[in-house]
Amino acid sequence: MWQYIAKRLLLMIPTLIGAAILVFFLLRLIPGDVCELRLAGSGLYVDPAEIELCRNNLGLNDPILWQFLSFITGLFTFNFGESMFTGRPITYEIGLRFELSLQVAIMATVTATVIAIPLGTISAVKQNTWIDYVVRIFSIAGIAIPSFWLGIMIILGLLIFTQAWFGTAWMPPIDYVPIWEDPMRNLSQLIWPAVATGYRYSAVATRMTRSTLLEVLREDYVRTARAKGLLEKLIINRHALKNALLPVITIIGIEFAFLMGGLVVTEQVFNLNGLGKLFVESVLNQDFSMTQALVMIVVIVFVFTNFVIDVMYAWLDPRIRYS
Amino acid sequence: MVTTSEVRVESQIEELQEKRPIMVVIKGLLRKEPVGAAGALIVLAMIIMAVFAPVLTGYDPELNSFEHMLTPPGSQFWLGTDQFGRDLFTRIVYGARTALFVGFTTAFIGATVGLVLGVMSAYFGGRFDLIFQRVMDVFMAFPLIIMALAVVAIFGTGVQNVIIAITIPFIPRCARVVRSNALSIREIPYIDAARALGYSHTRIILRHMVPNVMAPYLIMVTAFVGQAILLEASLSYLGLGVQEPIPAWGLMLQGGAEEYAESAPWVAIWPGVAISLAVFGFNLFGDSVRDVLDPKLRSQ
Repeated sequence: MWQYIAKRLLLMIPTLIGAAILVFFLLRLIPGDVCELRLAGSGLYVDPAEIELCRNNLGLNDPILWQFLSFITGLFTFNFGESMFTGRPITYEIGLRFELSLQVAIMATVTATVIAIPLGTISAVKQNTWIDYVVRIFSIAGIAIPSFWLGIMIILGLLIFTQAWFGTAWMPPIDYVPIWEDPMRNLSQLIWPAVATGYRYSAVATRMTRSTLLEVLREDYVRTARAKGLLEKLIINRHALKNALLPVITIIGIEFAFLMGGLVVTEQVFNLNGLGKLFVESVLNQDFSMTQALVMIVVIVFVFTNFVIDVMYAWLDPRIRYS
Repeated sequence: MVTTSEVRVESQIEELQEKRPIMVVIKGLLRKEPVGAAGALIVLAMIIMAVFAPVLTGYDPELNSFEHMLTPPGSQFWLGTDQFGRDLFTRIVYGARTALFVGFTTAFIGATVGLVLGVMSAYFGGRFDLIFQRVMDVFMAFPLIIMALAVVAIFGTGVQNVIIAITIPFIPRCARVVRSNALSIREIPYIDAARALGYSHTRIILRHMVPNVMAPYLIMVTAFVGQAILLEASLSYLGLGVQEPIPAWGLMLQGGAEEYAESAPWVAIWPGVAISLAVFGFNLFGDSVRDVLDPKLRSQ
């Protein structure tokens, strides 16, 4: 097992270095350079000294190899430099927003799992009945409906519903309060974006649960269990589901990393000041140092999540460890 | 001397070669794949909308009309108007053009480049394959929308750049699937035969390997179109995709939709319905294409 973990850890390194090289050079593809585009891109006259100052601040006048090395060491020491837009350290800006995004991500994952596993199971058990069709349509719709539109519809629904029932229209609070300070207020703000992202997320996991469970239910050992007269409920819960959940865990894990992408749009809809919104703003404001840092963080989270999934997979399924 | 079994085989071949009337084929497909047919119907409706947009509506999708701002749905404006007085139905109909254009272009280019790269990687193997695989790993480490946003950060917004931004992340996703299929094809003796005949690498790749990985390729293309439409809508919604005044569904939800959610909900509802239906249609269609083309799944 340790050998397997070590091997997987080593495999992560070239991917991460490759991603760092890619991100680093992508931003140097910009015609002219970052400073020119940002300061003079709008066509207004800019003092060349100002551009020069900006270049000096960002270290763009240093040799390219030196720039790359300082970028890499920055990654290891969590020192990403300063935002080109606000001038504050990037680590500080991210720290401000990290908690909110993490909470929404976790809540969305929980929502998705709670929806996906029972729905996928019932859909597989009742294959080709109307229940199965309803669940399948529900999950295909989840993949088709854009999460930002679902978010808008949730807000609209809340407005209309509260107006009709309580006489005054209610909107989720806009300012963020940490969960340990005011749990009610915190949840009443964050539950909606979690549902909007979680629904889409659950759709993928529901389909996965259904198809793997169908496969497992055709295995010989399930037939044996049936033949010896075990209760159908026990067969599914104890025998089939245990084996079917492996790929589902993978999907949930992979999608957790993709949540970052989901958050980019949902945070915009609910006006949440999280990492996703920071990302969009950094692109809109041409804050390249921020974009670069955030892309790198997402990649690191993504690669690391994949590593954790692989290790978990190997731990749960000895066949993988020994192959 | 012709034996009876040979005659039977020949007649079977003739039977297979005999062209069945197109209506019979369609009927057969409808019975076998009713869900996919429903998807195809939605896709077809969308294509008709895009092609016949000027016939379907008399309004100009880009012309502001301030006396008709935020008119509710009615006989004059079927789905109402937006905050600039533009007819929503018209903008949705013309928006189908943008969505389909971006969807098909990105899916086709992304999958095709991925196809060629994937087959090349499998065919040459060895060190080339190894390096290629690592490079693909790097690209796959970027979630779809993050990669697209990074590309937009560099090239800027607009239809053309959105197409670039969506195409790039599609390439490694297709290349990887095609490569794994092509690996098994490389082991089949006819490739050795082609090599023994002295055919060039290009000829073997294009004439002998590519046609045999058409199934995964087509599966990827159909799956990509829906994803691309969704991605374009997301980018446009964020203000980082298609720009005003070009009609695009995601863009229609930007700005106005939330602001007027209470007073003019139609602005927020209809473009989202259009996006969802389109992606829904392409997904249903794509699922059926996969069922038909992938023999492993056919029995289920």
